[in-house]
Amino acid sequence: MEFWYDPITTIFNSLLATFTGWGMSEIAATVLIYAITILLFVTFAMVLDIFLVWIERKVVARFQDRLGPNRLGPFGIFQPFADIVKLLIKEDITPVGADVIMFNLAPIFSMMSVLLLWAILPFAPKMVGVDLNVAMLYLVAAGSIGTLSVIMAGWASNNKYATMGAFRTVAQMISYEIPMVAAILVVVVLSGTMGAVGIVEAQEGIPFIFYAPLTALIFLISAIAELGRSPFDLNEAESEIVAGFHTEYTGMKFGLFYAGELLHSFTFGGFIALLFFGGHRFFGLENLGPIVGAIIFILKAIFFYWVIMWVKYTVPRIRVDHMLAFNWKFLTPLAFILLMVTALVGRLLMDSLWLVPALFLSNIFVGWMTVLYLKSHERKTREAEEAKSAPVVQH
Amino acid sequence: MNSIPISWYLVLSAGLFSIGLFGVLARKNAVAILLGIELMLNAVNINLVTFWRYNNPADVTGQVFAIIVFAVAAAEVAVGLALVISIYRKRDTVMAEDINLMKW
Amino acid sequence: MTTMQVLFLFFAAIILGSAIKVVTTKKMIHAAFWLVVALFGIAALYAMLNAGFLAMVQIVVYVGAIAILFIFAVMLTRKELLDKGAALNNNKTIAALISLVFFGGLLLLLTNWSGFTKMAPDLPEGDMVAKLGEALVTPNAYLLPFEVASVLLLAALIGAVYVANEARSE
Repeated sequence: MEFWYDPITTIFNSLLATFTGWGMSEIAATVLIYAITILLFVTFAMVLDIFLVWIERKVVARFQDRLGPNRLGPFGIFQPFADIVKLLIKEDITPVGADVIMFNLAPIFSMMSVLLLWAILPFAPKMVGVDLNVAMLYLVAAGSIGTLSVIMAGWASNNKYATMGAFRTVAQMISYEIPMVAAILVVVVLSGTMGAVGIVEAQEGIPFIFYAPLTALIFLISAIAELGRSPFDLNEAESEIVAGFHTEYTGMKFGLFYAGELLHSFTFGGFIALLFFGGHRFFGLENLGPIVGAIIFILKAIFFYWVIMWVKYTVPRIRVDHMLAFNWKFLTPLAFILLMVTALVGRLLMDSLWLVPALFLSNIFVGWMTVLYLKSHERKTREAEEAKSAPVVQH
Repeated sequence: MNSIPISWYLVLSAGLFSIGLFGVLARKNAVAILLGIELMLNAVNINLVTFWRYNNPADVTGQVFAIIVFAVAAAEVAVGLALVISIYRKRDTVMAEDINLMKW
Repeated sequence: MTTMQVLFLFFAAIILGSAIKVVTTKKMIHAAFWLVVALFGIAALYAMLNAGFLAMVQIVVYVGAIAILFIFAVMLTRKELLDKGAALNNNKTIAALISLVFFGGLLLLLTNWSGFTKMAPDLPEGDMVAKLGEALVTPNAYLLPFEVASVLLLAALIGAVYVANEARSE
C-alpha cells in the first residue's frame, strides 16, 4: 500500500537499503540511484518519443483524409521502428566547410533543451524530478538553450538556407518568448509561486483556465511559435528555404532534431496542462494514487499535443513580417494588459468568492475590446486605401 | 556544505576580470572588445553574489546589485553592438584600429 | 577535498579556460560560443552560492539574449566565413603585462585582507526569491534603482534601434 501512495520514495529507500547492504557508502549509493533514475527517466522520454512519431503520423493522416501507417503491426504501430532503422543506416554526411564540432553538437543541444524540461514536470504529487522554486524561469532558460542549438546548426552547416532558417528561428523564438513569459507571469501572479508543484497545488479547486482563458490562448500561440510548428514553421519552410536550419543534417542527427521537436511539443502540451488545467487532476480520479495521476497527466499532455497538431495541420504558414508584427503589435501588448488586469483584479478581490467570475469576465472584456479595436483599425486602413485608390479608378 | 572559503571565489573573479581586461586591451575586433567587457561584468557579478552569500545572506542587497548589473550589461551590449554594426555599414570594418577618424 | 570543492574547481577551470579562449580565439563566432560556455559555468557558480534565481536569470539574460546578440553581430559583420589576420593587436605584450600586474595587485590586496579565509554563514530561513521580489518593489528598499534600470533598458532599446536603423543612416 505504501508503494501505491508514494512509489518513488519507496523504490528509492529499498534500493538504498540494497546498495548499502552491498557495502557501498550512502553518498555513492544515492548518486548511483540518481544516475539510474535519470537514465530510466530519459529512456522513458525517448520511448514515448517513438510512440509520438506514430501518433503524429496517424493524426496527420486523419487530418488529410488518409490512413497513415497501417502495414507494420496493429494500426502500423511498429512503423517508427522501421523509421529509426532507416535513419540509422543512412550515410552520415558532414558537409565540406562545416564547423565539425558545432555541427555535431547542435542536435545534442536541441534534444538536451527538451529533456532538461522533464526535470521539473510534476507528473503527480511526489513524482517530480526536482521541485525548483524558480521552475518557470527554468522553463524559459531551457528554451534559450534550444535557440542556441538552432543558431549553432544554422551557422555550422555553412549553407545559406540553413543560416536563413536559423536567423528566422532566432528572431521568432526570441520575440515569442516575451508573450510566453508574460503569460507565465499571469499564472505566477495567480498562484503566488514560481514552482511547478506549487502551481499545481494552487489549482486545487478551480483550474487556472477559468481564471485566465485569454492568457491560456496566448500561451498556446506563443508555445506553438517557440516550437516552430505551423503556422509558425518559417524556420523550416520547405517551399522557401529547403528545410531551414537542418538542411544539411542526415540520418540520426536529423532524427534528433525531429524527435526533439515532437518531444518538445508533447512537453509543452504537458506545460499547458500544468499551468492552466490543474496538472494531474481529473474530477477526483487522481486521489486513487500518484500512478493514476501520472497517467492522467500524460493523457492531458497528449490531448494538448493533439491540439498543437490540430493547429499545425489546419492553418497555413504566415509570412515573416506578419509573424513579427503579430507578436510585437498584438500578442505582447495584449499579454501585458492581461498581466496588469489580472494583478489588479486579483489584488482587489483577494480571497473573495467573486474572484473567479470577475477574472473570467475581465478576460472576456479585454478580448472583446481587442476585437472591437482591431475591427475599427482594419476599417480605417481599408477606407484610407480605398480613398487613395478611388480617384485612379475614376480617371 | 559550506566548505569553500571566500578566497576561492574572489581569486576566480579577479582572474576572470584580468582575462577580460586583456581581451579589451589586446583584441582587434570591436565585437571581441565587447566580449571582454562582458567577462569583466560577469567577474563583478560573481564578486557581488559572493559577498552577499558570505557577509549577510539575510539581506538581499548583493543579489539586487547583480540584477541591476544584468540590466546594465544588456543595455550596454544592445547599444554597443548597434554602434559596431552601424560603423561596419559606413566604413566596412570592425577592427578597432581602423576606426581612426577622430584620432589625432 | 569535499564534493563542493571538487565541483568548484571543475567549474572554475571551465570558466577560466573558456574565458581565455574568448579573448584569444581567431574565429569570432567561436569566441562568442566560448563566452556561452563561460556564462554557463558562472550560472553554475551562482547555483553553488545558493542564488538559484540569479543562476536562471544568468542563463535567460546572458545565454538567451546577450550571447545570441553577439552571435548575430558576428554574423552581420564578417566579410568571409574565416576570419583572416591576427586576432590580437601590437600591444598584446603590454596588455598581457598590465593584466598580470592587475591580477597580482588584486591578489596582494586580497591576501592582506583579514576576512580572506572567511567561511559562508548558514542561510537564513525563508524563501529567498520572495524576499528579493519584495526588496525590488519596496520604496524603502530598491524600488528607485529598479525603475531607473527599466528606464535605462527602454532608452537602450530605442537608442539601439535608432543607431542600427539602416533606412535612416543613408
